[in-house]
Amino acid sequence: MASKYESLVRAPLVDGSKTYHQVTEDIVRPIEAPPTRSWWIGFIISVVLLMFGVYSIYREVTYGVGQWNLNKTIGWGWDITNFVWWVGIGHAGTLISAILLLFRQGWRTGVNRAAEAMTIFAVMCAGQFPIWHMGRVWMAFFVLPYPNTRGPLWVNFNSPLLWDVFAISTYFTVSLLFWYSGLLPDLATIRDRAKLKWRKKMYGLLSFGWTGSTKHWQRHESLSLVLAGLSTPLVLSVHTIVSFDFATSVIPGWHTTIFPPYFVAGAIFSGFAMVQTLLLVTRKVLKLEDYITMEHIEVMNKVIVLTGSIVGIAYLTELFISWYGANKYENWAFFQNRLNLLSPYGWSYWLMMGCNVISPQIFWFRKMRRNIVVTFFMSVIVNIGMWFERFVIIVTSIYRDYIPSSWATYYRPTIWEVGFYMGTFGLFFTCYFLFSKFFPVIAIAEIKHILKRSGENYKQKMVAVEGETADAYYHETQHAHH
Amino acid sequence: MAVKKFVVACFDEEDVLFKAVKQVRKAGYKLHDIYTPMPIHGLDTAMGLRDTSLHTAGFVYGITGTTIALSSISWIFTKDWPLNIGGKPHLAIPAWIPITFEFTVLCAAVGMVLTFCYLCQLAPFVKKHHFHLRATDDKFVMVIECTDKTNESEVSNFLAGVGGTEVNVQTAETGWWLGTYDKEQKLYESKTETVTA
Repeated sequence: MASKYESLVRAPLVDGSKTYHQVTEDIVRPIEAPPTRSWWIGFIISVVLLMFGVYSIYREVTYGVGQWNLNKTIGWGWDITNFVWWVGIGHAGTLISAILLLFRQGWRTGVNRAAEAMTIFAVMCAGQFPIWHMGRVWMAFFVLPYPNTRGPLWVNFNSPLLWDVFAISTYFTVSLLFWYSGLLPDLATIRDRAKLKWRKKMYGLLSFGWTGSTKHWQRHESLSLVLAGLSTPLVLSVHTIVSFDFATSVIPGWHTTIFPPYFVAGAIFSGFAMVQTLLLVTRKVLKLEDYITMEHIEVMNKVIVLTGSIVGIAYLTELFISWYGANKYENWAFFQNRLNLLSPYGWSYWLMMGCNVISPQIFWFRKMRRNIVVTFFMSVIVNIGMWFERFVIIVTSIYRDYIPSSWATYYRPTIWEVGFYMGTFGLFFTCYFLFSKFFPVIAIAEIKHILKRSGENYKQKMVAVEGETADAYYHETQHAHH
Repeated sequence: MAVKKFVVACFDEEDVLFKAVKQVRKAGYKLHDIYTPMPIHGLDTAMGLRDTSLHTAGFVYGITGTTIALSSISWIFTKDWPLNIGGKPHLAIPAWIPITFEFTVLCAAVGMVLTFCYLCQLAPFVKKHHFHLRATDDKFVMVIECTDKTNESEVSNFLAGVGGTEVNVQTAETGWWLGTYDKEQKLYESKTETVTA
């Protein structure tokens, strides 16, 4: 009899009759098989997009930021919108791997590996925007505080933009370490199964000589737990600091104290949507439906409707406070530039409202939460909505500034601005395609760890003990061990 | 790092493994290690391993990060180059909290991962002896070290008796060496050099 009891009320997290070996087979199989035709098609499209992005950046570096349609009034446009959007997406991975680990949510094991990978790739994409926006990118290292011959002239430690440098780089480093330390045992699994010479060599190199020693596992568990404990406040701090970029300014529409929680909720919202988009495709293509089950999809949809509603409340609170605060400039930003559908950018505000607040409400219905087509469609809608949220915050707050003479300027991106954004999609999907081909998209060791508690075939064995009292069960299992 | 003799046995079920560990310890055999495909809670205690202090190391790294960040920013902004930012105070501690926090987390995380790799001797190009290749798949591999007093066949029979399968005797080096996994496992100590006169 299995030694750990889990109530039958909880649905199994691994479907089908699985053994430890079967788990390894199922997850490693796509890595050992040659890439499929659809993988190549997807990969090549991603690389082409990436190349277009590289060319767009080349234009920007050669001819200057003027290649973008930014102007005196709208100094931040698509680039910073994209930056915040990608950083937001990069929040779901750490939320799933760290916060849900601390909350002992067993379902995270099916999705954490892919979500963490997504986080790392999304942060890589996000980082591009502020770096290239600097214009003279060869001086990007000026943002680092180091003793220099310019005085020494230090960076401004009181500036939220510098906090951002620290937040994003720390977040990227810690996420990468967390992800890779979790990968080591699984890479060793692939190494020990490998028949081909190059594969044995490559995974031997990547797995750092992992053996599976009990002492190493003990340290590994301790490491994961502490990294989760560190990442939890970290993930909240990162988007808080991103929101400080706006909230600490005195621009009407940005200068609001609600930004930190509102940005964090929005980040989780868009991050989960992106996880859904990727995993619905991944589970289908790699045939991992037994590991990423309908339960996982439903739980994530619940998170989406919760965070979407938090974002909705934040939007309404902002409107209320702007009215209640009775500051005429702030009233103008919220009621004229945003809420008024007939104003130049009013459409973007209502698009945001429709995508982020109204449409996710269909997830109150169980049938909708468990419908794959609806989930996929909604995950795309949510990410469009979240992109427009950042666009609304940035552009509608600044396009009609204090000088009415510059109001006529209607900001539209150039092809190179769009191309840069497309290029980050290329970077993101190129990385994701490589990841899904060469790395286990599901944490093998973690699935094995929960298998005897939450696997379907093991749960059936629990029926026998369902009627027992806790004391009797405890007595029985204690004696089984000694 | 020395070449030693080991008796190796595989187990398939956690319950059998836990009983076997208990009996091995009772019999007084020298338990070298148990290799498992996933963490098994309670196995470290059952084997008599002490708790890890890795988290304490993490705390020390974190505190170091806090100290470095706070003291260097204070020195830079009050002594080295006091910037006048709108007449605000030079010692603006609240404004330094975000960077101090981020740097604390960075130092704790990087320090802990490096310590973890150092303690477990994990690094690229490091190669170790693997007693059973399915220890990373579905087998729990128990390894007993042979001392001068150990009788190999007695240990083998004992392990088979407590539920071990594929019991065998291996000669292996306990440490690590540099090498790649596409090559035959050959310990550097047992490599023979051909000397031509």
